Amino acid sequence: MNAIIVSTLLGVIMMFCSWGIKSQQVQKNIALIGLFILIIANLAHMYGWYVVDYDTKGMLTYSFFGLYANTLLFALTFIYVWINGDEIAKIGNTSADFYSLFFFILCGISVLTSFDNLLMLFIGIEILSIPLYILTGADKKNMFSNEAALKYFLMGSFSTGILLLGITLIYGATGSFHLTAPVVSISTGFAQEQILLSAGLIFLFAAMNFKVSAAPFHFWTPDVYDGAPTVFTSFMATIAKAAGFIAFINVFNSQYKALGYSWTLLLTFVIIATLLVGNIIAVFQRSVKRMLAYSSIAQAGFMLFALYGKSEISNEAILLYAVVYSIATIGIFAVLVKMKENSFEAFHGLGKAQPLLAFATTVFLFSLAGIPLTGGFFAKYYMLSALLKAGAGLWLVIVAVVFAAISIYYYFKVIQAMYFTAGEPAINPLPNQYKYQLLALAILLLILGVFPNLLLNYLYF
Amino acid sequence: MMLVSFLFLPVLAAIILLLIKNNKTAQWTAIIFSGLTLLVALQILNTPMVDFNIAWLPNLNSRFILHADGLSKILILLTAISFPAILLATANNEYKNRNVFLSLLLFTEAGLMGVFLAADGLLFYFFWELALIPIYFLCSIWGGEKRIAITFKFFIYTFLGSLFMLAGILFLNAQTSDHSFLINSFIHANLTSGEQVTAFALFFIAFAIKMPIFPLHTWQPDAYEQSPTAVTMVMSAVMVKMGLYGILRWLMPLFPAAFMAHTHVVVLLSVIGILYASFIAIRQDDIKRLIAYSSIAHIGLMNAALFTHTQIAIQGALIQLFSHGINVLGLWMVADIIEQQTGTRSMQQLGGLAKKQPTLAILLVGFALANIALPLTNSFVGEFLMFTGLFQFNPWMAACAGVSVVLAAIYTLNMVQKVAYGAISEKINTMQAPNKGAQAVLIILLIIVLATGVYPQPLFSLTADTLQELFVK
Repeated sequence: MNAIIVSTLLGVIMMFCSWGIKSQQVQKNIALIGLFILIIANLAHMYGWYVVDYDTKGMLTYSFFGLYANTLLFALTFIYVWINGDEIAKIGNTSADFYSLFFFILCGISVLTSFDNLLMLFIGIEILSIPLYILTGADKKNMFSNEAALKYFLMGSFSTGILLLGITLIYGATGSFHLTAPVVSISTGFAQEQILLSAGLIFLFAAMNFKVSAAPFHFWTPDVYDGAPTVFTSFMATIAKAAGFIAFINVFNSQYKALGYSWTLLLTFVIIATLLVGNIIAVFQRSVKRMLAYSSIAQAGFMLFALYGKSEISNEAILLYAVVYSIATIGIFAVLVKMKENSFEAFHGLGKAQPLLAFATTVFLFSLAGIPLTGGFFAKYYMLSALLKAGAGLWLVIVAVVFAAISIYYYFKVIQAMYFTAGEPAINPLPNQYKYQLLALAILLLILGVFPNLLLNYLYF
Repeated sequence: MMLVSFLFLPVLAAIILLLIKNNKTAQWTAIIFSGLTLLVALQILNTPMVDFNIAWLPNLNSRFILHADGLSKILILLTAISFPAILLATANNEYKNRNVFLSLLLFTEAGLMGVFLAADGLLFYFFWELALIPIYFLCSIWGGEKRIAITFKFFIYTFLGSLFMLAGILFLNAQTSDHSFLINSFIHANLTSGEQVTAFALFFIAFAIKMPIFPLHTWQPDAYEQSPTAVTMVMSAVMVKMGLYGILRWLMPLFPAAFMAHTHVVVLLSVIGILYASFIAIRQDDIKRLIAYSSIAHIGLMNAALFTHTQIAIQGALIQLFSHGINVLGLWMVADIIEQQTGTRSMQQLGGLAKKQPTLAILLVGFALANIALPLTNSFVGEFLMFTGLFQFNPWMAACAGVSVVLAAIYTLNMVQKVAYGAISEKINTMQAPNKGAQAVLIILLIIVLATGVYPQPLFSLTADTLQELFVK
């Protein structure tokens, strides 16, 4: 409850900030302080201290996992703002507006990590999505940004409609919005209710797939990610997406798992399609930004493995994956933002011109590719291990590793451009501080690559 | 603690090297640290080692365990000899950013040592990759003209292989009773015969690509040719042994039934590979490519010996792990000296080395004879044992593989004849005596070749415990 209340308040405060405070730097600092307060408030909740203690009648339930996910996502937002603050200031008139939207998104995230009711799921998703539509179109003078925003908005509304339809059908079958409400078992229920429930769940599933950009509902992703201002793409592809996954897991690891075999079959199809589309199309991209858009689809395919079933480490797996993937993606987008163009050629000779930056970029790419010694390896490792423990066949793991090997191809293209091709990198001048920020991020990934427990031990308290 | 120093010393040196800009200081730092590693390696040869064992990832039940038995020791010795030797012999070669080059090389050494020491599945995988990644950068930055595409092929090939192994490790971990990665738990995992074959295949692909075995060898000759010679030496003298080591340490004890079921297929593949590589070697004009193909043939023979699962052949292979490393190191070094000084690797443009540089020619002949396993050289002992085992396993296979000895003599002696004898060619005429360091290294290596050829007993006793482990249990 703390996080929801505090993030809303902070969002409102940020909204009015731009009236009194003109300095973008001060606005950024206020946002950082706000995020810090938000993290503290959420931690306070974890250890039993509430701003208000209100009985939500089962609309929201707080688990340690959800709260911890909150903390991590807030911390990631903190890192994101800390690094990208100056870049955000370059878009639009005042960055306080955007910070305000971030806080509303975080409010949506806090709902999504704790809902126990399909209505709250719907509300959470809407609170999360609407600011994202605005952020996509934030670069008002840029036609691509506008186009992307419109496309995202239309597609997003459509999928929300499907989500609502699904929820309605489920309500029709079970008579309740609660996730914990008894589900009509496929084998014993009345025929009509079975059909309602199955249809409802399929709609729900499709809508959630849309939100996390899984194939075959991914078509909006490349255009939107490509069109949106790069800083905001970074936010969308990481924190917002991770929240979507946690919500997704929350729904489908509940009672609805009773669907059993047919559900797993559907999921397997979606996972393989997502991995296939993401990885194969990414190979052929000429723009790094678009390549990263497809790679984010491919990574979503990996994260979907967490849905495969509940095992003792599936929670760890999704948290680690979300965090590590987000750190690496925030990092690589932070580099991309400074490039004059998005092509691979822009990276030529970066290794020589900016050794520190190139090193950090290499670590980010290694992590995305899942190479040992970076956090990405353990993220993938936990995911696959959870998959096996949830009872999936070895063949699915083999499929996953084959796609992981394909992903090497397009991630390493950037490394080749940086180190092995001579040239003048098309990069804007960088303040030293920025390089050290990125280096710190890279070192964080390396530490997680040897001691992932630093992140995961908290789950055992 | 001594075992940790095999990882600690090279890593420490690699980090220090990044800070040293002066070429000469960097070179000597690298040599001194790898020399220290060699001293430690000599130290552990005759002492039974205590395992180094600490918790690493408690949630996953993975431990940081280093264990050294005879098999580990002989490969550690080879690694520890190779690095200072390579660094000394190539000290005069030109590299831009030498300190980074050396630093990456020493990271590779740490990775290799880790592979040969790890007794925990996940740790093993970790080091397996750690050894590969610096090589990727070394070849791509400092390699020949076509380096980028070729190194990339090599990297994706091996990375895919090791990912399969990772899947295998994950699978085994799920099957063990205590859900750990310890090699002993893996050995006692409860597998049905079908599961054993699957896991066997996953591991075997990784090892087969690394060695490489026909038909997965296509990355190798190109990669050897395009890499800077110091890296080629590391790859062909030490890195390919990772695959053979993997078979001895992991494949054979973990999946005994699946192993026995596939002996014929694998031996057949190896024999095809041996003949295929030998025939191609005959047609080569480039010295580097010739050595590369000859190396494929030799590794294929060792792999075939392992899969005969006869005690005598495996004994031979264990010794040959070491001997082949030393021989091929010597051959590469001579080839490198010739290339550095004449600027060509084509045998047609060389000739008359014996008249111009007799010492170098003698060394070349020495290593060439070792390469064809002449009696009194080290590989004679190993190859003789391997062929004996292969004959017990299947005389036909032994006969086919035996042809390769003749072929080896053809291509190796042909090379010696073209390079060392005949009229002094234009290129050779400009040659100076190699530097003292390189000469000293080559002489020491040749002494090792002859010494272990005449008196191989120390190598036998070093590996006795491994052999017992594999056959008595």
